[in-house]
Amino acid sequence: MTIRGRAWKYGDNVDTDAIIPARYLNMSTEAELAPHCMEDIDPSFAKRVQRGDILVAGKNFGCGSSREHAPLALKGAGVSCVIAETFARIFYRNAINIGLPILECPEAVRATQTGHTLEVDLATGTIRNLDTGQTFQATPYPPFMLELIAAGGLIPYTRQRLARGG
Amino acid sequence: MSTPATMAQKILAAHAERESVQPGELIDVRADLVLANDITAPIAITEFEKLGVDRVFDPARIALVPDHFAPNKDIKSAEQCRALREFARRYGIVHYYEVGRMGIEHALLPEQGLVLPGDVVVGADSHTCTYGAVGAFATGMGSTDIAVAMATGRIWMRVPETIRFIYRGALRPWVRGKDLILYTIGLIGVEGARYQVMEFTGPAIAALSMDSRFTMANMAIEAGAKAGLFGVDEKTLAYVAERATRPYTVYASDPEAPYAQTIEIDVSAIEPQVAFPHLPSNAKPISQVGNIPIDQAVIGSCTNGRWEDLVEAATILKGRKVHPNVRCIIIPGTQALYLRAVKEGLAEAFVEAGAVFSTPTCGPCLGGHMGVLAAGERCVSTTNRNFVGRMGHVESEVYLASPAIAAASAVLGRIAGPDEL
Repeated sequence: MTIRGRAWKYGDNVDTDAIIPARYLNMSTEAELAPHCMEDIDPSFAKRVQRGDILVAGKNFGCGSSREHAPLALKGAGVSCVIAETFARIFYRNAINIGLPILECPEAVRATQTGHTLEVDLATGTIRNLDTGQTFQATPYPPFMLELIAAGGLIPYTRQRLARGG
Repeated sequence: MSTPATMAQKILAAHAERESVQPGELIDVRADLVLANDITAPIAITEFEKLGVDRVFDPARIALVPDHFAPNKDIKSAEQCRALREFARRYGIVHYYEVGRMGIEHALLPEQGLVLPGDVVVGADSHTCTYGAVGAFATGMGSTDIAVAMATGRIWMRVPETIRFIYRGALRPWVRGKDLILYTIGLIGVEGARYQVMEFTGPAIAALSMDSRFTMANMAIEAGAKAGLFGVDEKTLAYVAERATRPYTVYASDPEAPYAQTIEIDVSAIEPQVAFPHLPSNAKPISQVGNIPIDQAVIGSCTNGRWEDLVEAATILKGRKVHPNVRCIIIPGTQALYLRAVKEGLAEAFVEAGAVFSTPTCGPCLGGHMGVLAAGERCVSTTNRNFVGRMGHVESEVYLASPAIAAASAVLGRIAGPDEL
């Protein structure tokens, strides 16, 4: 699957309170959360982001709370993929579990600026910056994660497993 | 003769029905307890219902605690708490804690004896790592993970490496677990232990109270850790002996265990710490804080809402008055602590000093209710995060510190230690 979208770039340690402030955690659907996505670090983001756009960030993206509302808000806002130097572990799990594509690729992050157009091949982890012509290779997923992604997330994966009696 | 292993490896191997596990392996793990709260459970329940199962794996091994926006702070929160309550009734969840009997989940569950040495505990709350204080491998996950764990009692995990911290020396006056963990996070940074286990060891740790150990394990996540583990000693065993209602297993790291790193810390050099906005790693010793006036002081949360914390605050506030410019909000972790504070005169000391003494709730820690900050306001707080907007307005500031610092600051109207009183 190939994704093409405009990049939005942020720095290191973008925490889950920045992705979706806790004052909105009295709601839990993508549609309700999306208008407040990134509100406290970039108040105009939710208004300006377009479906298919790609979020690019530095180290430890999604650090802080376990709130699955964070990847849900990003997905709801139309973000098609997050590329970061590194991810905080709970955010990583949550994104994979709900089917928000994420890739670790420090080189691509460093060479990308807000407004660049990126093309991402999720199957191979290849990232192309169409503005600079550069190509990058993201850290490959372990086989188990690929199975999870192929199933469409943890719930469909578990349904299949339960159906098999495993 | 088996290969030397860390405590984390041994606990995970036992729960994956394996002889041994190696860091980096992806394994399927059995959970002894599965946890969710009023914020994370609603999504978990929605996802659980997609699984097509008609029961939870074990109604006695799931804990549901409405603590974040409870007692209900608004209509939407009331709906979320109701979803939790109805799920608990429908599936016969034994450990559902209603308002009036509940507490902040990570203060409550250990107090109730629900988390024990050698357990694997998974919770839809990042501070689930708190239970490492009793020698349990406990880690936070998202709602979908918890939905699957509630249905099957199992969940996938990546076996983490372990960083060993050895703390030596004698603690200075007023230095507690909070100061040690803030200092440690300041040393390694907010991703210094990402995907790893922080194992807290050494003579200074042996001397530490259980309450201080809970505080340290609680904040392992603020260094990116998957878990924060303490070895089980006489103090742990005494703590669990009066609470446990099921058997448990004690695991210990082998002396030759394959640690990713060992970091030695001389605690005698550590002053009380204050973490400046907007990262828990921005820790400074109290002597270098300077003049920072405050509007609010919060003493409580899953980090510092335990008995030792309340006693420390009361020792400082008794016979003194909260500064006229400061709102001081004190929140015990559980109903049992609340009652004890009333019986032993702490509640009186707080109210006489001009502080709020609240029912248990996570409330202000995440800007929910009971002390949300306005633009430009500054709070010294015993909580765990000082991110932008964490406690309210995006232009408010949170300084993290121990209960002693927070109480002294409440009296003085600026961030300061008890020595200045």
